[in-house]
Amino acid sequence: MSVLVYTESENGAFKKTAFEVASYAKAVADQMGTTVTAVTVNANDVSELGQYGVDKVLKVSDASLNNFNAKSYAAAIAQAVKNEGAKVVIVSQSADSKYLAPILSVALEAGYASNVMEAPTSTSPFTVKRTAFTNKAFNLTTIDTDVKLVGVSNNSFGLVEKTGSATAEDFAPSLPATGVTVESVDKASDKVTIADAEIVVSAGRGMKGPENWGMIEELADVLGAATACSKPVSDLGWRPHSEHVGQTGKPVASNLYIAIGISGAIQHLAGINASKVKVVINTDPEAPFFKAADYGVVGDAFEVVPQLIEKLKAFKAANA
Amino acid sequence: MKILVCISHVPDTTSKINFTDGDSKFDTTGVQFVINPNDEFGLTRAMWFKEKQGASVDVINVGGPETEPTLRKALAIGADTAIRVNTEAKDGYQVAKEIANVVKDGGYDLVIAGRESIDYNGGMVPGMIAEMVDANFVTNCISLEVDGSAAKAMREIDGGKETVATSLPLVIGGQKGLVEESDLRIPNMRGIMMARKKPLTIVEPVGASVETSSVKFEKPAPKGAVTLVAPDNLDELVQLLHNEAKVI
Repeated sequence: MSVLVYTESENGAFKKTAFEVASYAKAVADQMGTTVTAVTVNANDVSELGQYGVDKVLKVSDASLNNFNAKSYAAAIAQAVKNEGAKVVIVSQSADSKYLAPILSVALEAGYASNVMEAPTSTSPFTVKRTAFTNKAFNLTTIDTDVKLVGVSNNSFGLVEKTGSATAEDFAPSLPATGVTVESVDKASDKVTIADAEIVVSAGRGMKGPENWGMIEELADVLGAATACSKPVSDLGWRPHSEHVGQTGKPVASNLYIAIGISGAIQHLAGINASKVKVVINTDPEAPFFKAADYGVVGDAFEVVPQLIEKLKAFKAANA
Repeated sequence: MKILVCISHVPDTTSKINFTDGDSKFDTTGVQFVINPNDEFGLTRAMWFKEKQGASVDVINVGGPETEPTLRKALAIGADTAIRVNTEAKDGYQVAKEIANVVKDGGYDLVIAGRESIDYNGGMVPGMIAEMVDANFVTNCISLEVDGSAAKAMREIDGGKETVATSLPLVIGGQKGLVEESDLRIPNMRGIMMARKKPLTIVEPVGASVETSSVKFEKPAPKGAVTLVAPDNLDELVQLLHNEAKVI
């Protein structure tokens, strides 16, 4: 009957989203009066999960899973769900979890609600609030199947620490032939990714050229933020496609989104609506982004951003 | 190679989103519908396969007659035939099941869908189809090459990209990057004329079950006015972000 959660790790260490989905799973389990079981794949120290409400950890250790493979991971999680008799399955909305979730959904005959923002409003019927129309609206959805699969949007629920400890046991699922083999991975390991970031610093055509991105990266460094950009910037090749935020780019659900030199086209705003606090820096006081922003500075990015970097450095030094 | 491209019929990206019938239905009044942008990248890649490697390209949508202009647009862009599964699309599982049924009967080698539609953003249909027809699956796909039955794809991952080797039959969830935006095609007059004569087959649904139900929609709470900070007073901005917004 337990709630089962897939907690993602990378190089043996849990991602922050693992603790967020564990926190979410605990909230659902409390509503249903049951316990939380986590599945981990090649994670080293699983004891931390106890601090986020996990009661039991099923540890999968298999070198063939060192590279993510959606079919294998989905198979492992599906077997854990069946063994545990879990009725609710929670995953994050990382690129990998979004990849495996539909496969898992079919394997378990579990209705799947993605992009879920909050704990269920009801567990009978099982009702969740999810984003729709690329964050321009919300949709209350019921999952009508016996087993339910919930994809929790990153940074939506937050971390909820508990004073508990988790028991751990080894779990060795049988894995299917994969059919998709990873040949190479090209990833900057030292950069904060947009999906994980609590703060995103994004810039647009107002930066005038790719050579001016140094200060955007410096601002992001000071804040421990990911960098992003508007569509025209990625179309012009100033920044990679993977940084494009918006309706056809990446959605952002950060705690803080700082938009510099971005006017705020409706497609861009749709991509960042789920962010909690928005700051806009733009020379044009009529830029539509100011209507969507919480805080604004009407000014030239080339003057404002370097000053802001200095102010933030001073703030950090004073609050260290 | 026989390719099926899944086409979602979605509100144009600039549409204002409103609801009707007690916030239970999307209000289509004044809304222009288009090919889902993620599907458009996939359709263009399919056209490349057709022109360079001699593939046939069918397009499919699950929906009522109102989606036919969108399918005709895909035909005008160059698809050979269109299929409309004649039922209201209610959730991702039902749509995937209806398409999977067509895929099985049609013997498709490659199914190209968008990684998600811009209306419900479920991101589940391509992966579900793959699992239902026991095909390989790559999502967030930003490049795809096919050589015989072997395929090489690149997919976007959090913080980078990954190259994978796989084989047909294959389902991909495509997105921006699969083709350059400048390569996207606008139907020309000849294409529009030819599209009128191309077959648009209406297939009755198998009656796939629905696993989730939409109860109602909500719009985000109206936004308060922006707090403007003078560019020479950025200490105030830092303090607001720290003390009021509590985000730094």
